[in-house]
Amino acid sequence: MCFEGSGFGWEHDTLCEVVFNSAMCGYTELLTDPSYAGQGVVMTYPLIGNYGVCYDDAESVRPWLSAYIVHRVSDVASNFRSDVDLNTFLKNNRIPGVQGVDTRALTKVLRESGTMRGMIAYGEAADRDEMKKKIRAFRMESMVPRVSCKEPAVYGDGPVKVSLADYGVKNNIIRSLVSRGCTVRRFPHDASFEELMSFDPDGIMLTNGPGDPKDCGKEIGELKRVYAHGVPTFAICLGHQLMALAQGFDTYKLKYGHRGINHPVKELAENRVYITSQNHGYVVDGKTVDPSVADISFVSMNDGSIEGLNYKNGKVFSVQFHPEASPGPLDTGFLFDRFLSLMGGSRL
Amino acid sequence: MSRRKEIKKVIIIGSGPIIIGQAAEFDYAGTQACRALREEGIEVVLINSNPATIMTDRQIADKVYIEPLTVETVKKVILKENPDSILPTLGGQNALNLAVELEESGFLKQNHVEMIGTKADTIRMAEDRELFKEAMGRIGEPVAKSAIAENVEDCVKAAKAIGYPVVVRPAYTLGGSGGGFANNEEELVSIATVGLSRSRVHQVLIERSIAGWKEIEYEVMRDHNGNCITVCNMENIDPVGVHTGDSIVVAPCQTLADKELQMLRTSALNIIRELRVEGGCNVQFALNPDSFEYAVIEVNPRVSRSSALASKATGYPIAKVASKIALGYTLDEIPNAITKKTFACFEPTLDYCVVKIPRWPFDKFINARRILGTQMKATGEVMGIAPTFEAALMKSIRCLEQNTYSLLDDTLKELSDAELEDRLHVVDDRRLWAVAEALRRGVTKEHIHEITKIDLWFLQKFRNIVRMERAIAAGPVDEALLRRAKEEEFLDRTISKLSGIGVEELRKMQKKWDIRPVYKMVDTCAAEFDAETPYYYSRYGVRNESDPATDRRKVLVIGSGPIRIGQGIEFDFCSVHSVWALKELGCETIIVNNNPETVSTDFDVADKLYFEPLTEEDVLHIVEQEKPDGAVVQFGGQTAIKLAGAIEKMGVPILGSSYDSIDAAEDRERFDEILNQCGIPRAAGRTVFTCDELGYPVLVRPSYVLGGQGMQIAYSDQDIIEQIGIINRVAQEHPILVDKYIMGTEVEVDAVCDGTDTMIPGIMQHIERAGIHSGDSISVYPAIGVPKEMQNLIVDYTRRLAKALHVIGLLNVQYIVKDGKVYVIEANPRSSRTVPYISKVTGIPIVPLAVGTFFGKTLPEMGYHYGLQSERKLVAIKMPVFSFEKLYGQDVNLGPEMKSTGEVLGVARTYDEALIKAFYGAGVHKIEKGNVIITVKDSDKEEVLPIAQGLYDLGWTIFSTGGTSEFLNAHEIPTIRLHKIGAGKPDILDHILSGKINLVINTPSTGVAHHRDGYRIRRNAVEAGIPCLTSLDTANAFLTCARHVDTTQLSVVDITKVSTFLNFI
Repeated sequence: MCFEGSGFGWEHDTLCEVVFNSAMCGYTELLTDPSYAGQGVVMTYPLIGNYGVCYDDAESVRPWLSAYIVHRVSDVASNFRSDVDLNTFLKNNRIPGVQGVDTRALTKVLRESGTMRGMIAYGEAADRDEMKKKIRAFRMESMVPRVSCKEPAVYGDGPVKVSLADYGVKNNIIRSLVSRGCTVRRFPHDASFEELMSFDPDGIMLTNGPGDPKDCGKEIGELKRVYAHGVPTFAICLGHQLMALAQGFDTYKLKYGHRGINHPVKELAENRVYITSQNHGYVVDGKTVDPSVADISFVSMNDGSIEGLNYKNGKVFSVQFHPEASPGPLDTGFLFDRFLSLMGGSRL
Repeated sequence: MSRRKEIKKVIIIGSGPIIIGQAAEFDYAGTQACRALREEGIEVVLINSNPATIMTDRQIADKVYIEPLTVETVKKVILKENPDSILPTLGGQNALNLAVELEESGFLKQNHVEMIGTKADTIRMAEDRELFKEAMGRIGEPVAKSAIAENVEDCVKAAKAIGYPVVVRPAYTLGGSGGGFANNEEELVSIATVGLSRSRVHQVLIERSIAGWKEIEYEVMRDHNGNCITVCNMENIDPVGVHTGDSIVVAPCQTLADKELQMLRTSALNIIRELRVEGGCNVQFALNPDSFEYAVIEVNPRVSRSSALASKATGYPIAKVASKIALGYTLDEIPNAITKKTFACFEPTLDYCVVKIPRWPFDKFINARRILGTQMKATGEVMGIAPTFEAALMKSIRCLEQNTYSLLDDTLKELSDAELEDRLHVVDDRRLWAVAEALRRGVTKEHIHEITKIDLWFLQKFRNIVRMERAIAAGPVDEALLRRAKEEEFLDRTISKLSGIGVEELRKMQKKWDIRPVYKMVDTCAAEFDAETPYYYSRYGVRNESDPATDRRKVLVIGSGPIRIGQGIEFDFCSVHSVWALKELGCETIIVNNNPETVSTDFDVADKLYFEPLTEEDVLHIVEQEKPDGAVVQFGGQTAIKLAGAIEKMGVPILGSSYDSIDAAEDRERFDEILNQCGIPRAAGRTVFTCDELGYPVLVRPSYVLGGQGMQIAYSDQDIIEQIGIINRVAQEHPILVDKYIMGTEVEVDAVCDGTDTMIPGIMQHIERAGIHSGDSISVYPAIGVPKEMQNLIVDYTRRLAKALHVIGLLNVQYIVKDGKVYVIEANPRSSRTVPYISKVTGIPIVPLAVGTFFGKTLPEMGYHYGLQSERKLVAIKMPVFSFEKLYGQDVNLGPEMKSTGEVLGVARTYDEALIKAFYGAGVHKIEKGNVIITVKDSDKEEVLPIAQGLYDLGWTIFSTGGTSEFLNAHEIPTIRLHKIGAGKPDILDHILSGKINLVINTPSTGVAHHRDGYRIRRNAVEAGIPCLTSLDTANAFLTCARHVDTTQLSVVDITKVSTFLNFI
């Protein structure tokens, strides 16, 4: 299967895992979300780059994805905050782009056949057989070490202390905590339990991140100890999957993932539905969740898959979706408040 | 919680006649709501005065009352039907106002009727400016600085405090009726005076002007459990200052980053929560383009024009979901009708761009002010769907059917650069083309932005279209360029015009290079889930999603495009009924239409919906895709008829009357020949420009039009020359017709012919004499004033004509009866404006019968004898409704060119009662004695005497000026004499504006000065909301009502019982 288009950004052949995202806005946040590391992202919305790129909206220091595939890149960046146009931004950050693709047709292929490996090749002369060989040989390596910080860092100066295990954190997780009065100490992904606790934190934040959670053996080991300690812990996305694996639950890969900002989830206890921002290819297997260890708190309204867990120790809760939004609806920001009150409780 | 079982019988109030600001969207919403309730086993009682709607069909509701939308009538229906609930949020502002009045008076409570869905408290909080401001204050949502005022002095004071410029917004009105911008005190006084008089509660809001900000809308849903979602956001290309109904709108928002969008989305959800809306709600924001500052402009706690647009733009059925919510369902319990796999509690995501353009009536109202502001002026709208903004815009431009297929407008070429720049400052319906011309001449988009405040992103897109024009003109038109031009939705005719390459040649080139559109699905989810919704749009790309395979006979139904004067919702009624009838007969139905407000573009009406422009080329692509076995053109108004020849050439048989029949009726010489053969007289006429031997007055009109477009009565050579000039301002493909004008009684019939003979459901007689367009006349069924022998002649002529024209299906014929003779005015082998109304009052399913004849069924086979059907024991009077108050500058006098936007029906056992109902329905509430101004032209003075005498005897006080006053006094009718305009204070206009006058009877006179005075009287009357009768026939009808209003008990009639014939009243 080959889709033709024209290049933009950094025109450089690249191999990637091809996924689609159905958000109609928020491409700056999406491009700089470390969870997309290694992936070629197809936008179902055809008009991308309309409002340029505003650096303030970046969710990390740079874009992490492998390639960006769109129908049409805007030839004008129109917004009062725009710092640079999308094409230049990708070029500067060495991200290959393709436009002119019938992204709906491509999305249907991905939906029907599932997430697949692919290659972006530039130039007329691209040898398709050669490309196929390369694609078959391509393996997604673990991306967490690449996107995680290398050294600890501190944010904010609030009274509540949070240790954050950075598997590829989005800035808005940190901002959401800092704005609620937290001092956040960010640790590299492989920080040990002792390191995470060295700061005498009120709670631990486990972040989002790229790839297969089962690649993160070391991290899972440390999380077993976090759980055993009973320090209040809030986990998002990859962090949620890692904590589940640490408790002996299983994860599996979804056919084509959940990527978009219109995903409804239901909070079972409240019987309430929220629209959430999601970006995950793997999911916790509901059949393996031990009800004596954790309750399912949120489920996806689209496919019934697990979107959140409340652990029975009363100290750990996790969600698959992104309450920090960026991009997407702010409906579930209250989960950070819950985390704060959970930590407040531990001080008493 | 799921459905509340105690809800068993629900009354729904419709929105009444089509007027500017309230068009077909409420028929769409109401129809969807009725269906949603009935599929739950709920009995639906519907009340709506508009007979042209689909919602008033017996197939849609259990009980249908086509009655005036007044508090009294709704009360009567409630007392008769005993519903347990009322659903007030689906009939627009009218329905909302009525429901709130019933609630406030305690009537609902007394009769144990619960308001379901959004509650009265919520409606008040959203509608009452002060309560709304308070509510916004509680949740910290910003609103523009404003003050409420209930009189002009307070307005002036408030504006001083807020600072000019200010916006004036009357409370409780439709389409922002009576509002406007004021830059100084003088302007404020004039706008506020009108605004206060329009408001139901005599209240206006004076608000800080935020003109130039971006206008953003959110469509939001909420259930009683507090679940909220946003269905769609939309961005107005025209910044704040132009009514959203008059703005070009794009969905989703294009120029806002996630941070801004989420800020507004969160605000919209906070608002809907605070207001406790249960159902759909529309929130409008103004957003400062240079900061995160925003202001909530207004909230509509009901379905609206915007929600109809959002439904069609996304595929999310807002009215249906709102109805289910009203029954107690929550969003997570309602299945997504499109994917059938997901639920209504999700947010649609689009993988295309949608552009809506309003359809303005300025082609009809050439004297109306075209300036766009806070007062909506459009009668309808169109929508284009495409992957890029450029393509969606180009598609929607040609949906307008205004002989414009692109951003090219040759008339602008003649303007000097300075003149063009002036045009950029003028915010009117033509500004888009002026902007394009400026870009074409190299004016920078930054400069245009300075003037227009249109976002640079949109201006860049317009420039891309202009660049494409230039590239095509420069050539060479190679494969790459042609492909790009087609992707940008340039029609072959436009490419041909620019490149000089013939259309046929261009088609060959496209075949050679395999450039052709594919059809993609509108599925609410950007292909994330499998969907089976048969809702398609075209784009140039790969992977066609529309599968043409079927084992049924496949029929293409051509829709009627945007609502405009002369081609209204009636044709959507006919199209939808034809689809249903075709389905009954086992056909696969494919409908093509582009009007987002209508039932026909609901995805579950036809087997397949193509949301596409209705040009020959667009239809050709669909024909090539679907290869239908036949096409139906007789229900889609002139839009469809105009395509008949082209469709036949494509090799698709026209079902029913052939193109040749249509042509025979339209072509003057052929038609005359047929009339001669049949021995039917008609007014002498000519197609050529030699009318001196006819003798004046004559009727001048272009052929091939609907709604009498461009039709005028001419009394002199000068009139003719002027009129031909006006007609020719739009290039004419067909000759201009000139007829001898016969002043007699106008009669109209709709007939169905099966190829052998003809059935006539009923004869309708017009109250106004010939010369006033049939669509603007009060029409009476049965034709009680036409002698039996004349009726027989009419039936006989109709049967003969149908045969001679080889009609299969519908035929509409208009006649004049004068001095014992019957003349044909015109005959059209297609559906007409009166088909819905006559179907409903006779109970005869005219459209399904016509469809039956397409397949060789005879009328007797279908249960109807040939000839005139027996009269129902009722009188049904159709009354036109106008929107003149919104069209500044337009004269309100009636003539052969149609001006009404909608209609109401009065149904009763007697003529008098039906007439009173019709007047009430049309918004004439003061019928018992009051104050009337009578000023008529000299030739009408004799005729007005009995009317004046009659009104005087009934206790009316008559005011008049000079001549009329003297004349009436001379005939011993006392009058209060008023100063002519400017002849002393107070003059006649001051009286009109004083609020004490209830009725104006004014007939237009010839002669420039008189004409101008009459014009000002009429304009002031309509702008002050005073009924203004410009025909003495209408005035006579009014007198009849006034005579009987006190003694007539108004009944309410369930129209679904008509067919059973028995005591239905």
